[in-house]
Formats: sequence, structure tokens, C-alpha cells
Amino acid sequence: MPKEYRTIQEVAGPLMMVKSVENVKYDELGEIELSNGEVRRCKVLEIEDDNALVQLFESSTGINLSNSKVRFLGRSMELGVSEDMLGRVFDGLGRTIDNGPEILPDERRDINGLPMNPAARAYPSEFIQTGVSAIDGLNTLVRGQKLPIFSASGLPHAQLAAQIARQAKVRGTDEQFAVVFAAMGITFEEANFFIESFRETGAIDRTVLFINLANDPAVERISTPKMALTAAEYLAFEKGMHVLVILTDITNYADALREVSAARKEVPGRRGYPGYMYTDLATMYERAGRQRGKDGSITMIPILSMPEDDITHPIPDLTGYITEGQIILSRELYRKGLTPPINVLPSLSRLKDKGIGKGKTREDHAATMNQLFAAYARGKDAKELMVILGEAALSETDLIYAKFADAFEEKYISQGYEADRSIEETLEIGWDLLRILPRSELKRINDAMLDKYYEKK
Amino acid sequence: MSTGRIKKVAGPLVIAGGMRDANMFDVVRVSDQRLIGEIIEMHGDEASIQVYEETSGLGPGEPVVSTDAPLSVELGPGLIGAIYDGIQRPLNGIMELTNSNNLSRGIDIASLDRKAVWEFVPTVAVGDEVENGDIIGTVQETPSVVQKIMVPYGICGTVKEIKAGSFTVEETVCVVATKDGDKELSMMQKWPVRRGRPYKEKLPPAQPLVTGQRVVDAFFPIAKGGVAAVPGPFGSGKTVIQHQLAKWAEADIVVYIGCGERGNEMTDVLSEFPELKDPKTGESLMMRTVLIANTSDMPVAAREASIYTGITIAEYFRDMGYSVALMADSTSRWAEALREMSGRLEEMPGEEGYPAYLGSRLAQFYERAGHVISLGKEGREGQLSAIGAVSPPGGDISEPVSQATLRIVKVFWGLDAELAHQRHFPAINWLTSYSLYIDSMGKWFDEHVSPEWMTIRQHLMSLLQEEASLNEIVKMVGMDALSPTDRLKMEAARSIREDFLHQNSFDEVDTYTSLQKQMNMMKLVYAFYEQSAEALTKGAAISDLIAMESRERIGRYKYTLEANIQAEYDKISGELAAEIANLIGKEER
Repeated sequence: MPKEYRTIQEVAGPLMMVKSVENVKYDELGEIELSNGEVRRCKVLEIEDDNALVQLFESSTGINLSNSKVRFLGRSMELGVSEDMLGRVFDGLGRTIDNGPEILPDERRDINGLPMNPAARAYPSEFIQTGVSAIDGLNTLVRGQKLPIFSASGLPHAQLAAQIARQAKVRGTDEQFAVVFAAMGITFEEANFFIESFRETGAIDRTVLFINLANDPAVERISTPKMALTAAEYLAFEKGMHVLVILTDITNYADALREVSAARKEVPGRRGYPGYMYTDLATMYERAGRQRGKDGSITMIPILSMPEDDITHPIPDLTGYITEGQIILSRELYRKGLTPPINVLPSLSRLKDKGIGKGKTREDHAATMNQLFAAYARGKDAKELMVILGEAALSETDLIYAKFADAFEEKYISQGYEADRSIEETLEIGWDLLRILPRSELKRINDAMLDKYYEKK
Repeated sequence: MSTGRIKKVAGPLVIAGGMRDANMFDVVRVSDQRLIGEIIEMHGDEASIQVYEETSGLGPGEPVVSTDAPLSVELGPGLIGAIYDGIQRPLNGIMELTNSNNLSRGIDIASLDRKAVWEFVPTVAVGDEVENGDIIGTVQETPSVVQKIMVPYGICGTVKEIKAGSFTVEETVCVVATKDGDKELSMMQKWPVRRGRPYKEKLPPAQPLVTGQRVVDAFFPIAKGGVAAVPGPFGSGKTVIQHQLAKWAEADIVVYIGCGERGNEMTDVLSEFPELKDPKTGESLMMRTVLIANTSDMPVAAREASIYTGITIAEYFRDMGYSVALMADSTSRWAEALREMSGRLEEMPGEEGYPAYLGSRLAQFYERAGHVISLGKEGREGQLSAIGAVSPPGGDISEPVSQATLRIVKVFWGLDAELAHQRHFPAINWLTSYSLYIDSMGKWFDEHVSPEWMTIRQHLMSLLQEEASLNEIVKMVGMDALSPTDRLKMEAARSIREDFLHQNSFDEVDTYTSLQKQMNMMKLVYAFYEQSAEALTKGAAISDLIAMESRERIGRYKYTLEANIQAEYDKISGELAAEIANLIGKEER
């Protein structure tokens, strides 16, 4: 039985100071027992001599300095993992909340995990077909990649993420993705949307859900993604599954981080977020990947809403520096009625080059992708000019490009949340659009491919 | 050996009491798990220690033991082709030792393989006088790198014994009689990472570091021994540029530091480099590369050490007389590690929470680059060029790390998100970037490639500058309002951008362009402008000039194999001249 302390010195926000402790370690997990018997969890943030600075994972309501008891458990935060977790729902601290039986864990794992040895990583290169043209064709996702969706309030990121989770497959295999879903501070409705969507397709049986809703304690959010990733690591690297992790919403996670940092009176970085936020986000995102000699993989789709649609805000900014690309949703395209409203120009998949081309998708994929990007960029410029100067001011070529840009948005990007396009369909739509342009404009595609694809009709 | 006790643990910072006898910057072993740390502050008998490994589970009362030596790297055969963490522990070795794909704590492993045997060929004889920096023998480490074994710093005397044959790095290969007695030398030496390795003299850079990247070589060249910075927002291609330079830069040795960046980027290097051939030696690129990987999920304190570890290894090869290129991706993550430690030490913050000494630390790092004459009688010249990526938040370079970097570096390759969105790679903005080496390197290009190099380069730069001003007008009144001469300038500038500056690093041919080919390309795009401008005065129509078929050929010239560049160049310029002559004739007819 661990020693109990009744020496809580102060409680402020999510932090608590406990005096005269013995043998307490940094990062150790603790429990607080209230006078009514309720138990809450906390962890050691700092230890100096016999004073421990402790961070609460739940609300501080009801904690009493004289009669609440603190115990330190001699271990850091852990999650009991087992294959039986599939199909189950947990709260942000890893306790079951679906009225099902307790999970009998195969093993208990530290939720912080251990950094992956860079020499042990296997480079992600297997094409995942999501059925969404703007992703498959232009910002290709591969197994083991971390590709966030940069969204903003009021944009349909949930629909897109659910569509990806539903349709994602690796061609030539019938293995399905197991889904680990972590909800951080989102509303009941949004969480319910995902659950219903998994249920409809039967995906719920291979899904593990960690739910921390908007009305759950904010500090609990700090451990939620770590719980989810610990489960994902177990399923991927112990059980050889291909796991798709969806984390939503990272912005709420970062705000919880800021809350704790502010309570500790740390020197703030940009916009009050702590200076270590990059490292903190990185230790989370970097848990995605593939490992040499292991069958499984973790593909990660974090979703974040950009405050004020501002991509230079620290949360999207730091995320973009760590993740392997980003899918950006645009309010302008959404207003135009495009579904999904993916703004392809600033979107990017860094790992696409090793996942596309001959033997993976098709030989013409890379070249047409570059050409489509370049042509769409030029078409958008032309349209901007047209707004200022009127159609008459455009050269003949620019007019064709403007026409191309419209057709591209309408046929290529917009497809609805139900359409599941194969990569061939996506590529063919691309060629159909490129045929709007004269052959001499297609400088980024070589002659052999133009002969083979452009001329065929 | 002083032993203290932990008093406080706060993240990577540990404060230990009873450390009065330890020295600043000594390496210490913390707790029974023997985690590696370094003393960064002393107050009375309390030492503040930054711990290079995860500190969870440490508590007050645990022992802290000083090793009485500063953080050092091991230098000797076995470095090439290795991948190390921030404090020079071999990552492959860790994988074998722990039989795990993850990094656990407290791993004790030698940097250089103690069992590997190297063939030592002596170059001195018994009785020879040697001083520090002199070469006593060589080891053919990889097919493309001969490692020269040097007399360590501070040793001077007469060779008393010298061996030849196969030895491990610890075995004695040479005995030198000095005035302080006999010194036994092995192939390995140690050097503290925070101290630059000494040299005899520093010289101004004299030669460009040819990279095969057109926008770099032709527009903003870096010198051998120079320093450059690549700032840019995420997604603008910093890492791809760093990789391209690591692949194709004309250096004997490349040290690549992945500092707080993505794990998969290091995997990419590890899987790709062995497959690629060095254009100069024909050997695998990995045979000249040393990797330091401290990815963003690895402990933050070791990130701070990683760039020093990397540059010390680079200096060691520089001292052998090699041209070394060092890439650090990204220095911003290193600065953030500094900031994190500074915050934990409760220091008074400077701008944006960065410590006030950020600028001086950065300067100290970059100043270790240079073109030097190394120690030793031979007077070898070696160069260490440093290229640092900077990741400014939001791509806004008014932030402290970018600004501190810009005060030091001579070459600035400013990456532009707008260009990246248009998929114009490398997304180096030709209007904001600069190279202060251009004047001194210009002569070299004129002498070694073609006397027209600098002239044509200047013409192209001016055209791009004019395009920028013309663009302002076009935005207001439209392209049609431009005079034919101005329209031609716009077209020519577009050709410079698309046909010359745009370079596809994933295309087998386009990824590397020799200087001669670069010259031909510049001449082709400029010939189009020059001859068309003349044709305009003779009455040719602008629309016909723009629609010339040879322009498409110019655009495709970049995919010409190096072997055919001259023939293809002659052919295209012939066609261009003919077409233009035809257009002038058309008007007259």
C-alpha cells in the first residue's frame, strides 16, 4: 500500500503542491482521494527536495487541503492494452464508458511511449486509396504517413475524415484498417457523427474510441491522444494491424497544454502557448510510421481547426513543420458548394513521391499531378485578373486556363462525400481536364506520355 | 570524481547538490540508470544539469556522478556511413544492443566500433619529427574516403615506433617520444564538442561549392568554406533542398544533421543515399556521408548538443584537408531546445522567450565553418561549408532566430510559400535571396566555365527584376496594355523561371545539372530574348515570336542527358535562329 499524504499545500487551476513527500519521482502517477471516497488522478510535474508539484487530470472541484489524501503509485501513467479494445469506447483516461466488461489487459504500457529509433523506421511508400481525387491524385496518402487536415470552424472536416476512414484501402490487399479515434474537446454531436458513421459501415467492430467531450475536464485532453496512440502502437507493432489514427481536435489539445503552462507561470512562447509545444506535438505525431521487420503501420490523420482561418497561428504552424504535409480546407470553396472543399494548392503530401508512379499507381501520375497543379495555379491567377479587368483583358491562352480552373474545381475536386473513386478514375478525370489545354502548354509531361494518354480519345 | 545527489527534477533539467568539485560542462551520469547529462550551471555546490535522456522516474536523493570530462566525440575510422544520435551514440548499434525498434534509456555504447579492424598504412618512419596535425598514416575507410590519422593536438616529438597492418581503433599504432615522455597514439582521438578544433590560419573562401542546383550555382552561389541559411515556411521545400545539396554538392565529406525534424526524413536519407552514385567518384553517396539524427521525438537536450557533435566531426575531416559540407536541418529546433532549457533555468528571456545569448551561440556555431590551413607541417587546406535551415513560425523571418542567422550568413536562400504552391521548385525567391560571394566567385565561373557566365547571369537577373515591376502594371491594366517589348520581357522572364530556374529534384536527369549545361541553358533562354527583341525592331509580330516551336525545345532542354548537351544545344540554337529569321522575312514578304 503506497504511503498517503494529507499535505496538499496549495491548489491553483490544474496544479497542486504536495509537501513532505518521500521517494516521489518525476512524472509519477498519483491519486487523490476526496473525503467522499472519490478518486482522481494526477501526475508529478516537478519535484524539488520533498515538495512535489502535481498536475491534475480532472477537475479540482471538491479538493480539500486538510482532508483530501494523495497517494503516489510508483509508476507513470499507463494503459492496459489488448486486442479486445477493438469495438470499445473509452474516456480520455482510458476507462471504459460503454457499460461493457472491463478490458483484461495483455500488458500495461506507459502512455508516453518511447521514441522510435530513426534507424529502425521503414520509409512509408504504400499508396492508400482514399477514393477522394484531391487526395489520391494530388496529395497522395501513404501507409505510415501523418497527414493532418487543416480546417476551421464551420467547415466539413468531420465529413471528410469519416469518408477517408470509410474508404481507405491499400490496393491489392483486402486487409482493412483498424481505426483508433481520439476525440479531444469536441461536441457530443460531432463525436456522435463519427460513431454513427463507423456503425453504419460496420467499421465500429475494428475501431477503438477514446472520447473526451467538450464538457469533460480540459486537462484530461492532454492524456487522451497519448492513450489512443498507445493503443494504436500495440495494435500496429504487436498485433501487425494497419491502424488509421484520427485525432480531433488538436486545437483543443493545444489549448489544454497552454492552460497547464499558464498555471505553472512558464515563460510563454507565441500567443501564450508554451515554448515546448513543438516538442510536445512532435512526440505525439512522430508515433506514426512504419518499422523495419514489423507488419503493421500507424497512419495518422490529425484534424485541427485554425483559429480565425489563420494558417500562421502556432497550432497549424508547428503541426505543419512536423507532419508530412497537410490537407487544407477552404472557406471560399465551401461557399461555392464544393464537396469536399479541399484547397489543393497549399495542400501537400510530402511522402507522395515514393507512393506513386509505375507499379504503385500509374506511370503518368507524377507528371499529370505537377501539370494539374501548375495549370490550376495559372487558371486561378487568370480568374483573379478577370475579376479586376474583365474578360476582355485576358489573352486567349489565359481564357483557356480560366476555363480549366473552373472545370477542375467542379469535376476534380468536388465529388461529394459518398463517391469512392478509384485512382484510374481520378487520373482519367485529370486527363479529360488537361485536354482543355493545347498540347504545347503541357510542359511538365514528356512526349511519350502525351502520345499515350493525351492523344487517346 | 565527485558524486552528488538529485535535489530537483523538472523535465530535462535536474539540479543536484554536493557537486562543488565538478567542472562546468562536465558530463555526468544521473541516477542508477546512468542517464547522460551535462552541467550547464553551478551555484555553490548545486549543479544544474541538462539530461540528454527522458527523465521520467527520477527523484530526489538519487546519485549523480561526474565523469570529469566535457561532452566529447570520438574521431577515427568508422565515422563514415554511420548514423548517430545527438551525442554520438550509433543508432544501428543501439538497435542491435537492445533488440528493439524504440530507444530506451541509459544505453552505454561506444561511438566507434571497438571490434572493427582497419588497415593502417603508415606514412612516417621511426626518427621522423612530428607535431600536432601531422599525418602519421592512412586508412582506406570507404572506397571514396581515405581517413588520415593525425597526431592529436598538443603532441610534438619524435616517432619512436610505428606499426603497419590491421588494428582496432584503440590499439596503439605509433609511439611518439615527447619532452613529457612517450605518448602512445591509436587511430582514435577525442575532442570536446563545444570547442572548435584548432587550425593554423583562416583564409577567405576562394572557390564555389558546386551543387548542380541551377538557382544556387548560377544565381546565389555558396563558397567552399562559406555559410548559408535557408529559411522558409513549412512545405516550401527546405528539407528537399538540404537533401539535394547533401546529394550533389561537390564535397568530399557530407555531415547531415537532422536536428529536431521528422524521423522519416532520416529514413529517407538512409534508404536513398546508398543507392545514389556520387557524380565525382562513382561510389555510393553513403560512402562519404555521416548522419546525426536527433528527431523531434527524441530528448530535447540532446538536440541542443547535436549540432556541436556534427560540426566537430566535420572539422575533423576538414583538418585532413577535405572539403566538407555540413547541413543542419533545422537550426530553429536547436534554438527552441535552447529556449526550453533557458526557461527551465528561469533565465530572463529575450525576444519571444529565446535566451538573450541566442545570437552569440548561433554566431559561434556558424563561425566554425571556413576555409583553413590546418595544423601540421604540410599546411593542408580544408574547407567546411555550413548550410543551416531555419523554420520561422508562419514563414515570417522577422523572428529572432532568422534575424540572428541573417546577421551571420553570407548566402540567403529565401524560400517562398507562394512559389511552392505553384509547385515551382526549388522555391527560392530570386528577388529576396542574395549571395555575398557572387563577386568573388564570379571570376571563378568566368575563368572555369565560360567568360559569359557573369554577364548572362546579370541579364537574366535584370529581366526577372523587370518582370516584377511589369507584373504590377499587368495586375492593374492587363497584359494587352503592355508594349510588344514589355510583353517579350514578360515571356522571357517566364522562360527563365520555367525553363531554367524550375528544377525537378525527382527527375533522374534534372536533379543534377553540370555547370556547362547550366551555361548552355542560360544562353538558350537569353538567346530567345535577345534575338526576339531584335526581330521585334525589324517588324516581327510578338504573337508569332511567342508561339515559336523552338521555345518548347528550350523548355525540354533540361531533360537532355549530360553526354548530349552540346549537340542538342547547337541544334536548338540553330532552329531558334532559323525560326526568327523566317519571322522577320514573313513581315517583309
